Amino acid sequence: MRYILRRREIVADDWAHLGEAVAGDAALIVPLTDLHTDAARWAAWRGRLGARLAPADRVEDLATDLPRLDLVAIEFPNAGDGRGYSQARLLRTRLGFSGELRALGAGVRQDQVFLLARCGFDAIELAPGQDLEAARRALTRYSVAYQPGVAGVTPGRQRFLAP
Amino acid sequence: MYRYDELDQAFVEERVAEFRDQTRRHLAGELPEDEFRPLRLRNGLYIQRHAPMLRIAIPYGLLRAPQLRKLAGLTRRYDRGYGHFTTRQNLQLNWPALADVPDILAELATVQMHAIQTSGNCVRNVTADHMAGIALEEIDDPRPYCEIVRQWATLHPEFTYLPRKFKIAITGSPEDRAASEVHDIGLRLKRGAGGELGFAVLVGGGLGRAPVIGALIREFLPLGDLLGYLEAILRVYNQYGRRDNIHKARIKVLVRSLGTARFRDEVEAEWHACRGSAPILTPADVERMRGFFRPPPYETLADRDVAAGREPRFAAWYRYNTRAHRVPGYRAVFVSLKAHGGNPGDATAQQMEAVADLAERVSFGLIRTTHNQNLLLADVPQNRLYEVWRELETEGLATPNIGTLTDLIACPGLDFCSLANAGTLGVAHDIQRHFDDLDYLYDLGNIEIKMSGCMNACGHHHVGHIGILGVDKHGEEWYQISLGGSANGFTALGEVIGPSVPKHEVAATIGRIVEVYRAVRAEGEPFIETLRRVGLGPFRAGAYALHPQAA
Repeated sequence: MRYILRRREIVADDWAHLGEAVAGDAALIVPLTDLHTDAARWAAWRGRLGARLAPADRVEDLATDLPRLDLVAIEFPNAGDGRGYSQARLLRTRLGFSGELRALGAGVRQDQVFLLARCGFDAIELAPGQDLEAARRALTRYSVAYQPGVAGVTPGRQRFLAP
Repeated sequence: MYRYDELDQAFVEERVAEFRDQTRRHLAGELPEDEFRPLRLRNGLYIQRHAPMLRIAIPYGLLRAPQLRKLAGLTRRYDRGYGHFTTRQNLQLNWPALADVPDILAELATVQMHAIQTSGNCVRNVTADHMAGIALEEIDDPRPYCEIVRQWATLHPEFTYLPRKFKIAITGSPEDRAASEVHDIGLRLKRGAGGELGFAVLVGGGLGRAPVIGALIREFLPLGDLLGYLEAILRVYNQYGRRDNIHKARIKVLVRSLGTARFRDEVEAEWHACRGSAPILTPADVERMRGFFRPPPYETLADRDVAAGREPRFAAWYRYNTRAHRVPGYRAVFVSLKAHGGNPGDATAQQMEAVADLAERVSFGLIRTTHNQNLLLADVPQNRLYEVWRELETEGLATPNIGTLTDLIACPGLDFCSLANAGTLGVAHDIQRHFDDLDYLYDLGNIEIKMSGCMNACGHHHVGHIGILGVDKHGEEWYQISLGGSANGFTALGEVIGPSVPKHEVAATIGRIVEVYRAVRAEGEPFIETLRRVGLGPFRAGAYALHPQAA
């Protein structure tokens, strides 16, 4: 059983990734390319559906799928690759996605979760072996921020508010 | 100058607590080096040749006297009693112990300072004209905007893991002392058709391996849109900048590969698309920030001839190390960190304390660091200049060489830096010795030498009138010399004049180059103008004339 951080709670993951053994009505996360190349299969999928973006994927390519999706997972192959932060922000603010936005990959660790949450991620699937409880505490590491956040963790005080 | 409020203070303290925890985990073996590295870099901490190096941020080069005194104390307690002021207006400690760094950062936080984002692939210290607020020809003081950008960029949730480092400079004067054309983003204050303030926006300038002059992508950006437009540029870069090759990851490579027009279109489209959610600066935000940078309470004084009847060395210092001020009766005073025999940009704890004391007595308690690695007391009454000179002279801070050939810029080089290919300090000392005769220096006039120990170009060698680049040749230190660069107002990249020369030949080669200048210059013509008029040919010939072993 995999555990994730959803908002500020540690919960059992009720989603599976494509390739993991699941029933035909499971909640399943499918990479963007699979979603598009095998469109008919996923249109007929009986369970909840999520898409998984790689760093080089463009969020605009997901626009028409969004109404069908309950989750978007964004991959951070290492902590230094920050493209996912912009993908998340665009999904939330430009494409108006309000489902679960999940960060995952080897680059997702306790030292990144504060920024991730401020960009609109509300679910964190930590890199294997990382300490979920420490990550949960790290979400409230800062009580202040200089920029407006997207969603999720919003510190008490911020400057330069959006219009 | 800016003073922290509760938000700023809470932030730096929380940041120290976070880094203390990260350092603890690293030292306990819970956080491996490859995971710790990006975190420590974003707190200014490099691992260098001999020891960690901590780069402390001096936002846009402005310090209060107690801050400078704190820096002096830190070098005494945690380092070897001196620090190195950099070309990006920061201060580097060369010998701190890793386990002490959280304590150093905690001490900095007590005087509203930090080392956040002074390294790593994020937005770095925003730099400005060191003459901000006092320059005669200034359009507007850039520092309020620098502080706004500093705050906006600090732990920006979207832009803390960029493809590569990102440098922003803001200038408020037509004479571009901030070198805005060689930054990832250069912002130039200007007035619009109706007299309103805004910025010209340049993108993609930079030195390093492939030097480029920034491209103008917007003629006029209204003040209120500053942060929204910066976000648009950074978002385009964050998504499309290259991450597969560290040498091609700067924004200049993206601008070049897309072409300026297409890059601009991408930014403008992004800007329009995100306007509803981008931070905007209200006139109240701007006014509040400008309030921190109001002119100090000047006395009503008259300009006076302070050099009359004084000793020649004071007169020389007055002429070379002080500058005209907007307010009658005042001068701006350079504190030269270019003593002959010293390392460019280095200051001892005692010198820092002396400057802090002087600043409190004669310059409203403020000190500036300059891009040329000197300090500046910006607002000194002319009737105190003689007293200031005597004290600076006692501390070895009055070498009357500002703007001359020995006011040279140099990165720390092979003696400290793990990236360097060649030493810079020994060469600097050779040059200082070779040109130790002040009358000869003054006859040469304004010549800017800039030296880097590797092609990362921290010493800005591309934009030196004379540029020196250290290279490694089969384990030996050699030096490539370029001529014709400049960074002030008219940005130009120097051209390499020929084969590199061995270390012991650098000073003599420069000696021959300036002798060519003395032979061919017109009456009163500065070095850089002679170069532009006659071209490199005579200099090239002269530089190698007596130099059979060049290879």
